[in-house]
Amino acid sequence: MISGADTQIWQFRTPKQHMLRWLGWFWLVALTVFCWNLMTEDTIWAFVADAPRQASDIGGRMLPPRWGYLNQLWQPLWDTLNIATLGTLIGVIIAIPVAFLAAGNTTPSRYFVRPVALLIIVTSRSINSLIWALLLVAIIGPGLLAGIIAIGLRSIGFVAKLLYEAIEEIDEKQVEAIRATGASGAQTIDYAIVPQILPAFWGISVFRWDINIRESTILGLVGAGGLGLQLQSSLSTLAWNQVTVIFLVILATVIVSEWVSAKVRQAVL
Amino acid sequence: MLELKALSKTYKTGDRALSDISFSVPAGQVVGLIGPSGAGKSSLIRCINRLVEPTAGSVCLGETELTTLNGRALRQARRRIGMIFQEYALVERLTVMENVLSGRLSYVSSWRSFLRRFPQADIDQAFSLLNRVGLGDHCNKRADELSGGQRQRVGIARALEQNPELLLADEPTASLDPKTSRQIMRLIQSVCREMNLPAIINIHDVVLAQNFTDRIIGLQAGKVVFDGLPSALSHEALTRIYGAEDWGQMQQTNEPQDDDTLLENSLDSSPMLVSS
Repeated sequence: MISGADTQIWQFRTPKQHMLRWLGWFWLVALTVFCWNLMTEDTIWAFVADAPRQASDIGGRMLPPRWGYLNQLWQPLWDTLNIATLGTLIGVIIAIPVAFLAAGNTTPSRYFVRPVALLIIVTSRSINSLIWALLLVAIIGPGLLAGIIAIGLRSIGFVAKLLYEAIEEIDEKQVEAIRATGASGAQTIDYAIVPQILPAFWGISVFRWDINIRESTILGLVGAGGLGLQLQSSLSTLAWNQVTVIFLVILATVIVSEWVSAKVRQAVL
Repeated sequence: MLELKALSKTYKTGDRALSDISFSVPAGQVVGLIGPSGAGKSSLIRCINRLVEPTAGSVCLGETELTTLNGRALRQARRRIGMIFQEYALVERLTVMENVLSGRLSYVSSWRSFLRRFPQADIDQAFSLLNRVGLGDHCNKRADELSGGQRQRVGIARALEQNPELLLADEPTASLDPKTSRQIMRLIQSVCREMNLPAIINIHDVVLAQNFTDRIIGLQAGKVVFDGLPSALSHEALTRIYGAEDWGQMQQTNEPQDDDTLLENSLDSSPMLVSS
């Protein structure tokens, strides 16, 4: 029986929640309008109107690609792959202990060691590889080594962050069971934690390697070796048909690395 | 022989999980620990091997006082106590053999365990235990490939691989079907008989506890409110442990379970009972 007075009313959101959501959307739209104004303020519209013509002009110069240039790219390509691979290796090796120190359930001290480890992760993540490379080229001079270390430094934060999140998500019951056998701390990590995070570890490492291949193609722009160096010299001599070849080489490399990383991740799961 | 004296546990939140628990378990006795959820059964079991730190009181295993141990001494005491868990708590991505051998971790160096190079005697024992629980052919399978009942048998083999002087079981049958539950309880009971091993089995199923244990301890709000033979567990005692309920009905629906037919069925299907 339904009677007006006794009908219980159910609402998905209270009026206050409605109001808050409405305000949230309002501010988001206001911010968008504001940003749009800021962005268009300094735009010279004559240049924008000219854009299609400029684009087709450059496009025309880029085609046909100068295929003969390919022979000069094999060495830089090899350098790029080495920067990415060695950089990832360094990053991963340093990231493993950092991740264990940062994870809430494995850190030796919540109030001292953990914040330090988290700081290392944030520092590494907040600076782009390109900036790291810029700094390192100034410190240790141009070349492959600067590129490798730049990639390594940037990878520490990425790998350590994802890895420590994986460590925090493990099933604690398995850890408890191994501890109950009288195992030591190192044995507990070896038998209860490592098997649980191993798939995540391989997935993260290969994913980072895949990202690093892409990042290392541009590190040469600041003098850290690899394909980027060729890209810069081609750009500065306005050799657009060489730029096309470099783009195609980068595209092919990235496709191959994506394929490899997909295969590896499939294999470990 | 295990002896608890005035054992108490108060959690940081102020919850008093155990107050003034005292009892002793002689060699070879299988004790069923029953009580409502939150009565402190899990805390009690974990206070014994110090996965949970007791607040007061003492736990003696043989001559060793466990509550004061630390570091290496604590680990060496823990290896004398085998533990079986509710959801098996096997390391899912390791093989059955690695799981069983993990019962020997505290006997070997970190380096040897890292290389999985256990002494041959440990490996022999692991094989014979796996045969004992009917899983001799499964030693190279990964733990997550097994069924619930098989996993719990691996859990039992891991606990026995420690050569324990005491067995603790935290609701070993809670995630198993009725028949497998009985097989697992029977297995625990028979290995305890063979090895003269005392055990404390924390269990929700009162009828199962009555069928497979030598003694029942009833916990209510962190206190022992019943301690006696399974046959002495009257409706009045059940009411004291769990609160008022029509207990006659429970036993009517459960008691007709014919233990003999179940035993025959499981003799056909499970090799673990043949050897017992």
